[in-house]
Amino acid sequence: MTDFEAIPDHGLGWMEASGEHSDIVLSTRVRIARNLQGHAFGPRARVNDREAVLRDFRDSAQRSEVLRDGVLVEMPEVAERMRRILHERRLVTRDLLGEEGAEPFNGTAVHFSATEPVSVMVNEEDHLRVQSLVSGLRIQEAWRIVDRLDDELGRELPFAYHNDFGFLTSCPTNVGTGMRASVFMHLPGLVLTKEIGRALRGLSEMGLTFRGLYGEGSEVVGQFFQVSNQITLGRTEEDLLDDLERSVRTVIAKELEARHVMLREARLITEDKIWRAYGLLRHARSLSFDELMAYLSSVRLGVSLKLLPGLRVYSLNKIMVFTQPAHLEQAAGRDLTPEESDAHRASYVRRVLATEGDVSAIEGSAADDPPSDRP
Amino acid sequence: MSNMSCEKCGSTDAVVHLTQIVNNHMSTHHLCQSCAAEKGLDAGPNVGDIPLLDVIKQIADDPAVDTHWGGGECSFCGLTHADFRKTGRLGCPQCYESFAAELPDLLRRVHRATKHVGKVYLPPDPTASDMEKRLDGLRRRLDRAIRSEDFERAAEIRDEIRSMEPA
Repeated sequence: MTDFEAIPDHGLGWMEASGEHSDIVLSTRVRIARNLQGHAFGPRARVNDREAVLRDFRDSAQRSEVLRDGVLVEMPEVAERMRRILHERRLVTRDLLGEEGAEPFNGTAVHFSATEPVSVMVNEEDHLRVQSLVSGLRIQEAWRIVDRLDDELGRELPFAYHNDFGFLTSCPTNVGTGMRASVFMHLPGLVLTKEIGRALRGLSEMGLTFRGLYGEGSEVVGQFFQVSNQITLGRTEEDLLDDLERSVRTVIAKELEARHVMLREARLITEDKIWRAYGLLRHARSLSFDELMAYLSSVRLGVSLKLLPGLRVYSLNKIMVFTQPAHLEQAAGRDLTPEESDAHRASYVRRVLATEGDVSAIEGSAADDPPSDRP
Repeated sequence: MSNMSCEKCGSTDAVVHLTQIVNNHMSTHHLCQSCAAEKGLDAGPNVGDIPLLDVIKQIADDPAVDTHWGGGECSFCGLTHADFRKTGRLGCPQCYESFAAELPDLLRRVHRATKHVGKVYLPPDPTASDMEKRLDGLRRRLDRAIRSEDFERAAEIRDEIRSMEPA
């Protein structure tokens, strides 16, 4: 495979900034883990286990309405940079790519539906990971697609299922429903007003868990958080999803309230922070990814608060995806050193901001609107 | 962002920043790549890893818990308790039978439950009992869809129930 033409939306449908609250909620992901009887789970699977799992899955996919006309991408056949691009587009996990520097295992694959925003990873930690990744807050919609595909595959494949423990998974933290739903949120208001700790504690009391972007710390990566259900056993899928949705909506309401407080109590400081970040991104000649994310977070807040009305959330999502290392290398057509990568990143950001966001019309708005946080 | 040093070995490059909430107490840890890997934390996608390994360790170290972590192995894949304690991963579906005595305690600590109440799986060649269990599950989902006034969903489930019931 040399390009992404065969993959619907090039695997980028989740960043289109559609769906409810798409300025705050980047995307919703629902995934289920399923395993086949008679084979060791991913980490202990042998070559013939993996090959048999892929063969059986491929047969069942041909009889699945959702998958039939889709595209199956076998990881060992994909060039190294393309594999990293799939990962950067959040379509495959790091796990599926195999050890750093080594080739992926035979039998590892991902199958994309041609008609629905759903895909299946094959021979990851679990034999099958069915996932739907969509833009904005659309938990129920993502679940319906996954649920339907699960029914289709379950009619063909002998899933490992236990009357007490439910769907059996490699890791006992996934057993039962095998379902993890996560909502990827941008919460600068809660971070800047120091309310984030309380909000996250509230989530944890609801049996939800959170992590930063790419598993790193929270504030350092642009105030982005992924909120998901921790528990997978002892509750129905619908109850788990309802709890998640209710909590996410509460967090959104608190985030909006925090933003309101910021504008009321510290309008000049807030506007200054946003415009400085915009200016920096608009003119910088070198940007590390972490630095970009920090400024992009402020600019995203500005767009959401309608302080930068010429810019669209879609453009910002695009910047997040296309400034990752493998994407920059793909655009350059060659490998890049870290220094070159930072320069290419800055150049890409300048180009997008110059062509997709004319914010000049409203410059000086802070001066027109006397600051309330100064004597 | 200024460079932060690893809190475990003191090297200057903490690259993994872990925020955890345990018993309502939030803590943040900064670790270098190798110390993080040692903790089983490699900035990967699995949220449950660290708490799970902690839970496994707690159980193994808890003299009040009458389990036999440390002996025995899975009859199908050969996984031992030691393997499980190291990785937090079971080896195959049969492991859930092989370690059936110990698992409920672990599951209770992780999920606060030991029994699946979600979707009921209908295998490719279902027995009458499989069909009955699936129908029970579908009826529960139907009730729920009606209660939450999701009538579109309710209609779909009703269709599926009808297709399974003998004519």
